[in-house]
This record gives sequence, C-alpha cells and structure tokens, in this order.
Amino acid sequence: MTADHPIVQLSGVSKHFSGTRALEGVDFACFGGAIHGILGENGAGKSTLIKIISGVLQPDSGEMRVNDAPVSFSNPTQAVASGIVCIFQELSLVPDLSVADNISLSSPPRRFGLIDPRAQRRRAEKLLARIKCEDIDPNALVRELSLSRRQMVEIAKALGKDPKVLILDEATSALTSRDVETVYELLADLKAQNVASLFISHRMHEIEQLCDTLSVFRNGQHIQTFPKGTHSDGEIVRLMIGREVDAQYPPRPAPAPRPEHLRIEDLAWENQLNGINLSIGKGEIVGLGGLDGQGQKELLLGLFGVLRGMSGRVSIAGKPCRPKSPAEAKQGALRIALVPEDRKTEGLMLAMSIADNLMAASYDRVSDGPFINAAKAKRAVEDGIAKLRIKLGSPEDPVATLSGGNQQKVVIAKWLMTDPDVILLNDPTRGIDVGTKQEIYRLMRDLADQGKTILLYSSDYAELIGCCDRVMVMYDGEIVASLSGDAITEEAIVAASLNVSDTQTMPGLPHA
Amino acid sequence: MKLAFPSLKSEDKPILIASAFILVILSVGTAYTVSTQGSAPLLSPNYLLQQLQTGSFLGIVAAGMMVVILLGHIDLSVAWTMTAAAMMATTVGGDLAIPVGIAIGVGVGLVNGFGVAYLRVPSMIFTLGVDSVLRGLMVAHTGGFAPQDAATPLMRTLASSRLMGIPSAIFVWLAVSIVIAVMLKRTAFGRQIYVTGNREMAAYLSGVRTRRVILGSFVVSGVCAAMAGVMLAGYSARAFQGMGNAFLLPAIAAVVIGGTRILGGQGRYAGTLVGVILIVLLNSVLSIMQMPEAGRQVIYGAVIILMLLVYGRGGKVHS
Amino acid sequence: MRNKRSPLASTIRQNPGFYGAIIMLLVLYLVYNMLHPRGFSAAVLIQNSNESVAIVFLAMAQTVPVLLGGLDLSVGAIMTLTNCVASVVVNGSPPQIIVGMIITLATGTAFGLMNGLIVVYGRLQPIIATLATGAIAVGLALFIRPAPGGNVDDDISWALTNDLYELVDTYGWFDADAAWFAPISWFPVPLLIVVVIAFGVWLPFKRTVTGRTIYAIGSAEGAAYMSGLNLNRAKIAAFTLAGFFAGCAGLYLAIQTSSGNADITQAGAYTLNSIAAVVVGGTSLLGGMGGAIGSMVGALILRVISFYFRIVSIDPLLQPLVEGVVLLLAVSLGAFRTLRVKNQLNLFR
Repeated sequence: MTADHPIVQLSGVSKHFSGTRALEGVDFACFGGAIHGILGENGAGKSTLIKIISGVLQPDSGEMRVNDAPVSFSNPTQAVASGIVCIFQELSLVPDLSVADNISLSSPPRRFGLIDPRAQRRRAEKLLARIKCEDIDPNALVRELSLSRRQMVEIAKALGKDPKVLILDEATSALTSRDVETVYELLADLKAQNVASLFISHRMHEIEQLCDTLSVFRNGQHIQTFPKGTHSDGEIVRLMIGREVDAQYPPRPAPAPRPEHLRIEDLAWENQLNGINLSIGKGEIVGLGGLDGQGQKELLLGLFGVLRGMSGRVSIAGKPCRPKSPAEAKQGALRIALVPEDRKTEGLMLAMSIADNLMAASYDRVSDGPFINAAKAKRAVEDGIAKLRIKLGSPEDPVATLSGGNQQKVVIAKWLMTDPDVILLNDPTRGIDVGTKQEIYRLMRDLADQGKTILLYSSDYAELIGCCDRVMVMYDGEIVASLSGDAITEEAIVAASLNVSDTQTMPGLPHA
Repeated sequence: MKLAFPSLKSEDKPILIASAFILVILSVGTAYTVSTQGSAPLLSPNYLLQQLQTGSFLGIVAAGMMVVILLGHIDLSVAWTMTAAAMMATTVGGDLAIPVGIAIGVGVGLVNGFGVAYLRVPSMIFTLGVDSVLRGLMVAHTGGFAPQDAATPLMRTLASSRLMGIPSAIFVWLAVSIVIAVMLKRTAFGRQIYVTGNREMAAYLSGVRTRRVILGSFVVSGVCAAMAGVMLAGYSARAFQGMGNAFLLPAIAAVVIGGTRILGGQGRYAGTLVGVILIVLLNSVLSIMQMPEAGRQVIYGAVIILMLLVYGRGGKVHS
Repeated sequence: MRNKRSPLASTIRQNPGFYGAIIMLLVLYLVYNMLHPRGFSAAVLIQNSNESVAIVFLAMAQTVPVLLGGLDLSVGAIMTLTNCVASVVVNGSPPQIIVGMIITLATGTAFGLMNGLIVVYGRLQPIIATLATGAIAVGLALFIRPAPGGNVDDDISWALTNDLYELVDTYGWFDADAAWFAPISWFPVPLLIVVVIAFGVWLPFKRTVTGRTIYAIGSAEGAAYMSGLNLNRAKIAAFTLAGFFAGCAGLYLAIQTSSGNADITQAGAYTLNSIAAVVVGGTSLLGGMGGAIGSMVGALILRVISFYFRIVSIDPLLQPLVEGVVLLLAVSLGAFRTLRVKNQLNLFR
C-alpha cells in the first residue's frame, strides 16, 4: 500500500432518500495500487457509496476529493473524466448495439466527426484480447451473448476508459470460473500499475483472496477499515451485522425415509436439460448445485410450466404433472409455487401496494365468484405479513418502499398464501441481508417439517450445505452427483460442479 | 433506480386538479356568456344535462379505452368498431339490432385481444390494422354510400329519450361506469388487469392467466365502443361512415387527463369520468364562444399538455 | 477458437425484418410492373414516386422517435402544418422560393424541437405529448389555410415532380439533351430527393454519437445513462429530426399538389400509416432496433400495395380492407416466432 495521499477521499458524506438515510457522515479513502474490499449487508450503504463516487448520485452533504482536489460530479461522465470507472451490478450494456459499439459507447473513435466503425472494432478487439476474450465477436450484438460474456464485455468497456480507480460492484457474480481467474489476474495487473480497485462482493472468500484492505459498512455508516488478515471471518460478520450471530442454519433433521412426492424421469428440454431423474419426498429440502447456467433454473421453470416442448415424465403424488402455465401449476392437485430469480422483474409489481402484491397469486382464494371478498382479502394479507414478519408501514404502501429483504419476503408470502405442496426456490437469498437470509433458512426448514417438498437452487454453496437434506449437482443439463448427509461438503460440490471425479487437483478454483 | 412511486395520494391528485379545472372552464364560460349575452346557459341544469348526454357516448368509449390503457396497451380500433356496430345494428334492425351491435364489439375485441395477447403484436399496430379492416368491410358493405337503414326505436329511446327529465343516455353511461368501476376495484379480473399492466412477467409467474386478462380487456373495450356506436346511431337516427372518427383521440385524452398512466398499471375510474366531463365541457364552452376549429384544436392540445405538466412529471431515469 | 460469421451473414441475422422488407418490396414492385398493362415505364415510375414521397418522409420521421422507444403522433399534423406554410411562402422569385422552402423546413424542425423540449423537460410520455401538440399543429394549419388552396410556384412544381430531364430543362442548367445526360435523364426527381435526404441526412446522423445514443436509449435507457451518454440531447434531437423529416413531407406535398390543405382526417391517417410503415420496415416499436431506411422501404411497400388496385380488377372499395389485412398479416408474420419460443418468459422481455 502506498503511504501517500489517497486517490479518492470522502469526508462527512451523507445521502438521504425520501426520509430514510442511505449514508450518514461517511469518511472513506482509497489508495492507488491497492485492492480495497467493501463489505456490508444490503442496505448498508455500499451501493450508495459507489454511486456517489462514480457520479451517479450526488451527496446531500460532505466533500469528495480526487487527488486532493475537491470535486462534485453531477453525472458519471464527469467521474470517468477524473479516472473513476465503475462496473455496475446492473449491466450498463445496450443489448441492441454491437459489442464494439458498446465498448466505445460514449467516446468512440471518429473520422470527419462521424463514428469510425473500423477503428472502433480494432479497439474492441484489443481490449477483449486483454481480458482473454478473443472468442467474442466485436460485431455480435450484446443481446446475442450469454450473461457471463456480457459481463466480460462490461469489463472491457471499463478498461477502455483507462481507469485510475476501478469499481467492481458484484462484477464477478455472473462469471465462469475461468473468467473469474482472468479478472483476478487483471486486478493484479492494474494494482501493479498503481490503479486503485474497489471491490464489492457478497462472496467472502473472493474478498479474502483478492483484497489488501477491507472496509465494513453498516446501516449507512462506515464502521471500520482494516488490512486483510487482522480480523477473523466471525469478527467481520459481527462487524457487518452488529450483533452476535448464533447458528447460521437451522439444524438438519436426521435422515429418515420420506414418502415420495415429486418424481422426475428423463426430463429433457432443448439442449439445456438432458435427462433429469430426481425424486423428492414430502418434508425434504433438495438443493440444486453446480456452476451457474447448467440447467438448474430451467429445471425449476420447467416444473412450473414455463417451458414448452419438454419431454420426459413428472409426477406429483403419483399423478402426472404437466402444467402448461404457472396458472395451472399452482392449482388443483399440483400446488406448485416458484420464487423466481429476479424479484424486481419476475416477482413483484414494484409500483403496486404490498397488499396487491401479496394477493397476486391467490385472487381465487379470496374471491366469491368473480368478486373479491374484502374481509377474506384483508385476513389473507394480514396472515401473510404476520407469517413472514414483514416489516412495513401499511399494506397499502407500494412494495417498492420496502427493503430488498422484505421485498423478497413479500414474494415468498405471496406463494405461501396459495398453500403450496411443492415449493421451488430460485436463488431466494441473492442480494439480501444476512438477517433476512437466516429467517428464510428457518422458514424453509419449518415448511419442510410441515410436509412441503422443497427444491432450492442457490449459487451460494454454503447455503446448499447448510440448508439441504440432499444436494443434486448439475452439469450440462444433467445431475452428475447426488450428495446427502455428511457427504454434502464444499469440496464434493465443487468437484462435481466441474464434473471431475475426485477433489485432488483444482488449480485456480475460487471456491477451493 | 430510484423511481418516482406515486403513493395513493398522488393517484388522487389528477382527479382533484381535473375537477378544479372543470370549475375553471365553467366559470370562464359563464363569465363569457354573461358579458356577451347576459345569460348563463352553462349553469342551467338542462343545458348541462344535454351536454352530458352527448358526452355519454365519449364516456362509454373512454371507459373501455381505460381498461386497455391500464394494461399498457391501446385500442385504436374503437372508431370503426363504433361505426361497424352501428351499421350492423341498423342493417339487422328489429329486436336483434342491439345484440348484433354488441356482438360486433365482442368479435372485434376477441380479434384484437388474440393479436395482442397470443400473437404478441404491439397493440398500437394490431388495432390499427383491425381498424383499417373494419373500415374496409363497412365501405364494402355499404358500397361507399350512406346506409339507408334507420335506427330501431329502442336504440333511439336509449340514446335520446328522457327518464325523469334526465336523458336516458346518461343512465346508460352511469350503468357502464358502475360496472367498470366495480370490475376494476372489486373483482379478481380487475385486480389482475392492474397486476398485468404493472409487470406482465411477474403477473404470469404469479399464475395470473395474463393472456386471458388481455383478451378480456380488449373485449371490454370492444363492447364499450360498440355500445357507444349503437347509441350514437340511435341519437343520430342512423349510422353513417366515419361516425366514430371523432371519438378516438378524445377518449385517449380523457383517460390520460384522468390520471391513468399511459404505460399501464395505474389509474382510477373516477379520473376517467372527470376527464370525459372536462373534455365535454371544454368543447361546449368553445362552441358557445363560437371558436373556429383552428382555435379549438390549439386550445385542446394546449389544455392536455398543461394538465399533464401540472400533474407532476414522470420519473427521471428508469433502469 | 474464433467463431465468426461473415459480416454480411451477421447483419442479415441481426436485421431480419429489414432484409425481409427489401425482398418483399422488390417482389411486389416487380410483379406490379409485370401485371401493369403497359409494362415498366419511366412515366409510371415517376407517378409512383410522386405519390410515395410524402409517406416515405413521414415514415422516416416516425422512425426516429420510435427508435427511442417512443412514438410521435404529431408527424402527420406537422406535415399538414408545413404543407400549409409552404402553400403560402413557396413562390415568387427563385431566391424567394428558396427562402420559402427553408422557412417551411424550419417550421417543421422547430415544431419537432418543441416536441422534444416538452417530452424531455416536461417529462411527459411522448405518445400523449405529441397527441396534444399534433392538435396544436393542425390548429395552426387551419389558421393559415381555413380552406384548401394556396399556390406554389408552377416551375418548381413541374421540375420537382418529373424526371431529371425536366428539372434541367426547366431551369436551363445545361443542355438537357446532352448525350452524357441521356442515361440518367429518366430518373425521377422525387426518388432522387428521397435518396439524397435519406443517405445525406439519416445515415451520417446515425453515425454520430447522438444518433447512436438514440438507439441506446431505445434499447436500454438505464444502461445509456450509466454509460455517460447525453440522453436529453439525443431525445430532443430525435424529435427535432422527426420534425425536419415531417417538414420535408409537407413541403413536397405542397409542391406536388400545388396547394395547402389543413385536413385533420388526412393528418391522422398519415400518422397512423407512418407507424405501419415503420413496423413493416423492420423497426421495433419497443425501440433500439431498425432505421429510417427500413421505414422508407416499409412505406414503399404500403404504397405499392395500393398501386395494385389500379391495375388489378379489384373493387376499389375493398382497398382499405386489403390494406388492413396486409398490415395484419405483415405484423402477424413475426408472431410465428413467438409461437416457437420455448421459454415463455422470453415473451415478456
């Protein structure tokens, strides 16, 4: 670490959103030639912090300095001009433009005042080569690329802006392990060139492996900054949540024979599901593991009636299960519920009230004929709020006013109101705070104990290990390993994820 | 990512402002008539009822239009749905006239809904095509001439008779309003319209049969337009080419002035009602002032812009 | 390792609607000329081009706001307004005529600018804001021309609605009978005007940062903002350019008809047809995909279909019906793609 002046320095920065504080009197500094990790629960103020640094938001009060000169950015362009470049969690790519267009979006090479496509293409090739993504065609449209490729284009785009400060906000979450390695090497490169990197990730091990300095945020305040290795994991978690955490996961019951409820045979769809066989009992939590994009999400969507043209057999309680739509899946003998991946676009009607969101899946249950029974509706809503302990002002408030964790609770409550027998969860704890996560783990176990059948996909291996009775590891649309009991270990999941038979050699693996 | 989320209160705001503006229109109009003619026809109940009678056709079209706009769609076929329903009703005549007219509306709604919900063609363009087809069919049906069939007595009664001194058309409008308002507020279908209009993907994944909701909403719009067409034929005693043309844009304007979000998901029926009254009264004041068509158009456009600017403006960047 | 398609293959794959429209236009026009009793002739081409210019310009006008993900319901009205303006100012001495044309185009551009300012700073939905400004434009047109009429310089009318030979001959720029000129002298002036504006204004504009920002906004507004693009400038530019193209349409309509006509119904019909042309030309109403050249092709397709009624013995009364059916078929063709979608979530994206 360099002992000289910080590149970016914030003093006394505060930011409020319609009454709630997002940041309060934050002092923060980062230095060139260092990788600086930022930790905190959701709503701790990390996102607000980096948005202020990168010019997306303007602070209500306080001062920001770059290289000792006071600055006030009114938009991201000004921040980029000062060398501050951010790779955002929500992709900043334009899907209908080509990769080359995107990489040079705001300041393309020009000839006679017009964009020069050839120079632009060469520039894209050069930047992509730097992150070992020669396989990406600069002429391809971004919408034709997979999520992980897009993320790499995003990184190339940021590199093209010649950053002095590079901010990575969950930038690795969508990447393949090979790309993650490339990004790590890149960060090391940049460090050698005296670039400051700010690294935000929910994956603790990533932060531990990469960062030199860690800063913990909680509740809009900067709690502490310390060099790596001076605090244990437990201490860091305590700093983050500000209280002692007892057992993170509810205890797993002893394995017992359970009556089969959901049975899947030879399920196949396009190239993404290649003959899935799986049987889940009543009261059992089965996890789906593996690298991202191995068919886990498709399996859940397929069971829920979203995919067309599936082959194979699915039965629930011995009866064939072939819903053609979520509307059929939730009804009758099937009683399936799905907590979708992206709560903001798939789970919630953000501008509508909490009550409307809660009832969205169960209007038939609160109606007499075509008419909604106001008393039943009120009772159902109160019930849902109570069951998940959703913290809210009034059920008539827009659901968007809730925190991420409480929004996710609304999605789950919405489905519990349909009294499902089979509950499918697609990464339900992604991007929510530790406290709510634990409540959700607890809830899942409770539901299982009530005899529900639960199929959980999670990108967080620790979650699979902590919550599931069995874990199915998927690879290339197939289940390649079935782990249960004490055999569910990180090593076993990781090995199976890569479809290697043993665990001895896995160089460069982020999880190993 | 910070969107402007209107709270319940902000949903009422357009209704209050539009109501206040109605009072402004009435007082400006009255001031004008008092100063030029020494009378205040705008304040006479009889005159107002007569205006509302002519406004009831627009009101019924706008009610259906609102349901579709709540989904974030639009129905550009209402003009020729009205005309087609009116023409077929007068052609068939007799007791079947009105049922046939309504059936036309159901049919058009089903076609529109099928195109938008199942083929997923943008409603803007599909309903435009349906409008053109209907126009072609009606031109072919009448051979391009004004049809000679007259409206049936029942149609005339509904549109132009009076009940207890109040034009019966207003009762029909009132009945339609109650049905639509109750549907939107108190039925599962109505709530699913809002849910689907807000975010169709989330609605679908919540097990809402979004395609049926869209189909049903276009049927509602088609039926409303057909009713308005049948009644308008009763009011004018016959159907004629292009009789619905003057209703499309005012219907959209009334819905939007009433605070319904053009992108769907938000809006109250009371707003649409107020929006229709505003437009009707604005028109009558302008006719009293003998404003030429040119001035009417300019004022009309300026009022819409002004109202929307006053309501407060949309969110800034949506991510 | 590299897996690259040829540039041509990839651009066809990325713009299936545009190339489909071009093929459709070629086939339709070829068949039209084969069915035409007198076969292909320059005279027919000139007449066809004359009747297509206004809607072609209007379709190009509509394209720009549509690329933003918006819609401009005032383009027909702006055309009507500029048509009436032109019917007053485009006559007199040659310099006066040129000034008159500039005034006409400036009127359209200024009205478009006003639309842009209202949409951006008033933060109104384009669809509803332009619905209202369209009424204002028609009202202004009615002030200028309460009844159809006016006069446009006869020479310019003649010269701009015929072939190059007449243009040169009317103004005596050089000997129109010169041998070198013969191979191109048959070329219709209206077609030339359209091509010059499309390739001289639209294509360069598309390659500016502002032009590309319009695509970026239509595709992903949040991403465009995060990338530091100037969104307001691009939005205002889009509506301004739409106003300019609509002004071109109005000016040409005045030259072609030698009069101005503030017809509300016609304004509305033109606006709706412009939307149809944009869609047929392969531009997505959701924004971000397509372009003005495609809309030009789309407008021509719609015009060619209507030309068929003159040569094929179909009751002309059926024309609106056939037009409507063709439009529905054209847009429903894309629907077969949705029926093949295997993951139904993709329908909502």
